[in-house]
Amino acid sequence: MIYRENGQFKTSYREDQQIFPIAQDRWFILALVAFAFVGVPLLADEYFFRAILIPFLILSLAAIGVNILVGYCGQISLGSGAFMAVGAYMAYNAFIRVEGMPLIAALIIGGLCATIVGIIFGIPSLRVKGLYLAVATLAAQFFCDWAFLRIGWFTNNNPSGSVSVSNLSVLGWTIDTPMEKYLFCLTFVVVFALLAKNLVRSAIGREWMAIRDMDVAAAVIGIRPVYAKLSAFAVSSFIIGVAGALWGFVHLGSWEPAAFSIDRSFQLLFMVIIGGLGSIMGSFFGAAFIVLLPIFLNQFLPWLGGLFGIAISTATVSHTEHMIFGALIVWFLIVEPHGLAKLWSIGKQKLRIWPFPH
Amino acid sequence: MKPRSALLAAAAASALLSSALLGNAAYAQAKEQFFPVLVYRTGAFAPNGVPWANGFVDYLKLTNARGGINGVKIVWEECETGYATDRGVECYERLKGKNGGATMFQPLSTGITFALTEKAPVDKIPLITAGYGRSESQDGGVFKWNFPLAGTYWVAADVLIQHIGKKEGGLANLKGKKIALVYHDSPFGKEPIPLLQERAAMHGFQLSLLPVTSPGVEQKSTWLQIRQQRPDYILLWGWGVMNSTALKEAQAVGYPREKMYGVWWAGAEPDVKDVGMGAKGYNAITMQHGAEPNAPFIKEILEKVHGKGQGTGPKEEVGSVLYVRGAMSAMLAVEGVRAAQERFGKGKVMTGEQVRWGLENLNLTQAKLDALGFKGVMRPISTSCQDHMGAAWARIHTWDGTKWQFTSDWYQADEQIIKPMVRAAADKYAAEKKIQRRTPQDCQS
Amino acid sequence: MAFFLETLFGGLMAGMLYSLVALGFVLIFKASGVFNFAQGAMVLFAALAMARFSEWLPQWFGFESLLLANVLAFALAALLMFALAWLIEALVLRHLVNQEGATLLMATLGIAYFIDGLGQTIFGSDIYQINIGMPKDPIFVLEGTFEGGLLLNQEDLFAAGIAAVLVAALSLFFQKTSTGRALRAVADDHQAAQSIGIPLNRIWVIVWCVAGIVALVAGMIWGSKLGVQFSLSTVALRALPVIILGGLTSVPGAIVGGLIIGVGEKLSEVYLGPYVGGGIEIWFAYVLALVFLLFRPQGLFGEKIIDRV
Repeated sequence: MIYRENGQFKTSYREDQQIFPIAQDRWFILALVAFAFVGVPLLADEYFFRAILIPFLILSLAAIGVNILVGYCGQISLGSGAFMAVGAYMAYNAFIRVEGMPLIAALIIGGLCATIVGIIFGIPSLRVKGLYLAVATLAAQFFCDWAFLRIGWFTNNNPSGSVSVSNLSVLGWTIDTPMEKYLFCLTFVVVFALLAKNLVRSAIGREWMAIRDMDVAAAVIGIRPVYAKLSAFAVSSFIIGVAGALWGFVHLGSWEPAAFSIDRSFQLLFMVIIGGLGSIMGSFFGAAFIVLLPIFLNQFLPWLGGLFGIAISTATVSHTEHMIFGALIVWFLIVEPHGLAKLWSIGKQKLRIWPFPH
Repeated sequence: MKPRSALLAAAAASALLSSALLGNAAYAQAKEQFFPVLVYRTGAFAPNGVPWANGFVDYLKLTNARGGINGVKIVWEECETGYATDRGVECYERLKGKNGGATMFQPLSTGITFALTEKAPVDKIPLITAGYGRSESQDGGVFKWNFPLAGTYWVAADVLIQHIGKKEGGLANLKGKKIALVYHDSPFGKEPIPLLQERAAMHGFQLSLLPVTSPGVEQKSTWLQIRQQRPDYILLWGWGVMNSTALKEAQAVGYPREKMYGVWWAGAEPDVKDVGMGAKGYNAITMQHGAEPNAPFIKEILEKVHGKGQGTGPKEEVGSVLYVRGAMSAMLAVEGVRAAQERFGKGKVMTGEQVRWGLENLNLTQAKLDALGFKGVMRPISTSCQDHMGAAWARIHTWDGTKWQFTSDWYQADEQIIKPMVRAAADKYAAEKKIQRRTPQDCQS
Repeated sequence: MAFFLETLFGGLMAGMLYSLVALGFVLIFKASGVFNFAQGAMVLFAALAMARFSEWLPQWFGFESLLLANVLAFALAALLMFALAWLIEALVLRHLVNQEGATLLMATLGIAYFIDGLGQTIFGSDIYQINIGMPKDPIFVLEGTFEGGLLLNQEDLFAAGIAAVLVAALSLFFQKTSTGRALRAVADDHQAAQSIGIPLNRIWVIVWCVAGIVALVAGMIWGSKLGVQFSLSTVALRALPVIILGGLTSVPGAIVGGLIIGVGEKLSEVYLGPYVGGGIEIWFAYVLALVFLLFRPQGLFGEKIIDRV
């Protein structure tokens, strides 16, 4: 009733090709973005910013990058943690070594270095497919783990091997308080999400999807696999690199290579699979699920125990968290194997004909 | 209801519920001193983290049983970090404002320490990193909010070399000897390297560095290299499963365990228990205390805490090495609060800033330590504005197959070597972060 | 020369131990096309079960014999793994028939998280011992030819022997028994197998049971070597290069791959490592597997991937 397209006629190609063709969608997204920029800073407190919103935003940016590679181009990659690390460390080096380097330029440089590393480690994808490729990309992960521990140049020859940044500022505005950090990350996420969405709707996005669906047929009709696969790796690594730089600079402030370990790679892949492969929106859902659920369970379980008068130790809470998390993943996949984004679009479909199902 | 509709309804409900739950606790007027306890009771390092956590919480219970800190009771809340940096940061953010404000944080992880070193000064909460963290944070002139009380990794490495020198009949006899450092490939493991290289240059021994990739589950190639190089001594700088694996591989390769010396995080019961007799003769440095089943305060804990059925862990664990370390870390925090109360008001709840002053002016004489029940366990600790470590005492203990026994006298780390290194590293940090060294006026405040 | 041979033997032994873990992956992938992410967690769970049962059974029933305790603990742990396999099939796999590889991978991840939490809840998170009487001291062989003799790790030799027996038993099972043939049929084509009357559900339960037994043996051996604690599940990461080098669907590939990876790792770390500061063996194993893949993209013994357009 509310979500109907009645009366919405498209009279130009431009209108027809919008990202959100339905007017209600457009209003909803605009309202959401406005709320994110204006409403949330007014309502949220420091804990919410620091522990929930900022990690969620940065990881959803990284998940968008991973989704481009895994969901749109079909190349399963487990090296995302390494690309985040490359982005973070190269941004650090650009920031520290070049006097007066602007923050955003440093982050972009981190992303570009991650692009180069991504292309190099994407070369096996020209020969290897499927799960074999997934495990092969682990080579990238472990190599980068080792490189950032062993090669002193990356950490500014710091004997302990961990680096830290401070005094972040953009055009004179310092980025100190949680709210400023949140807005900084939000800007990046909105810009990159828009860019990514347009990229996947364009010719190159269609090339990626063709490669994903049937790469032999794609080659037959003239799509060059080398160009398509390596460009997917390039774009994906760029976004992941920028996300990694943000993670180190804005969220952690001081990090060691273990912050971008293989657990991070797996975490990103799972966000993308749970959220929905081949969907930009799915990246956000997946990131929310994986970031928020453990925190929620961590607080909910003791409260629940308190209701029944049982004091639960932190170890038991942690174990139960794991079990519930695992069970929920399995349940979601049984209910909707294509991820949360598919659930969302089914919901929208139902809403379009509500209250008259037929 | 079909699964999908149930799902959407559940999602909406949980969104509402979570927003209600995740709000912060109200900032009520604090009547108790709040101690957040960052622990890892699960995950790869749980066997080492659990006794430390139990010792820490038991000591807090003991302090309450003794009447609190001049009458102020302690409340605490545990938060599970699983040794992961981002979970540690989340715990920090969640607990720093609770119950009137956190008194101090003790991350028990080098990774989390690095992340919190950035955040603690902004939130004005001191960080106690007793026996870990960055060695240069000893310099209070740059690191105002970090307190590596009772020892850092440079102290440990220094004392180990002194002890090895003594075994050889003099530091001059170290010339030409081979010492291998088998270390956990992480900032924690790399910490002692600068000091060892300095000492190697001074005395002429050959230092060989053998990193073990985390978590150190498979060390065959490291020990093959040791068999090839045949070092005279091995320093083991590991945590968790790496330690027991190293000892088992040493046995498999036939390297004499008597020539192995571990750091104080590689010298506790979980590291040697399942190797048993295979680790007999293995030595480790201790941060003043070892396994102390007969210490007066341990007996007091058994009587006043476990005796009343309020023990945090199993009774058999009380007095083990990591348990005592946890209790000692708690004691240092409690004494910091007590010292703060001397200046800012006895019987009042202290803020983070006040506790920082207390930790900076900690003067634990032997008489005070004995009164607290640490007779024979600890030596005096006395911090100042420039020295946030307070003491550099250590001993060596050895595993005899069933328990740890002290096998050396008290050593003191050579400040002549360490102080210049600390200063240089701290200056480098200050230059990088563009912070000024503290002025003498700031030290008085 | 002596040291080179020692390193070589060490690599071969380590490789056999990796193959033990890799076998579990291969079995499940071969029969159901699922990349079992939970294999590491299963190894840990099985090892925990065995360690704790061997500790508890003497207490409950009041006997002293270590041998009896170990045998009973093994049997109980195996039963537990069977129960787990049955539950996984009934609750997870049955509902995810014919889904994409990524979905199934994710489901096994969910199972891995669940088993992690369950294992630590039931059995605890301390370090536990598995004592199956493996000798811990080294032996020296060929003392005549090489001065001082070559050092061999007895425990690893026994482990390699057990792994060889296990592989032989599995090969016999797959080739000679009718259930084995049914498993191979299901691995080839689910729908065809179903259409000739092979009950898919039961086959999957059997496969997961067999993989559970393999996990138990692997857990027993690794647990005896390292002690049973959480990091045991990270051994699965060391076994991944083995399966991609050998081929995801080949049991002999797991063995050969294991040997190649083991030797490659140790030789690289000992001879190349010192020039770059050490710690290279993990990524070298993956790079080695990658190099093999560039020549044979489906692994040495894996089935050729056929794409139909």
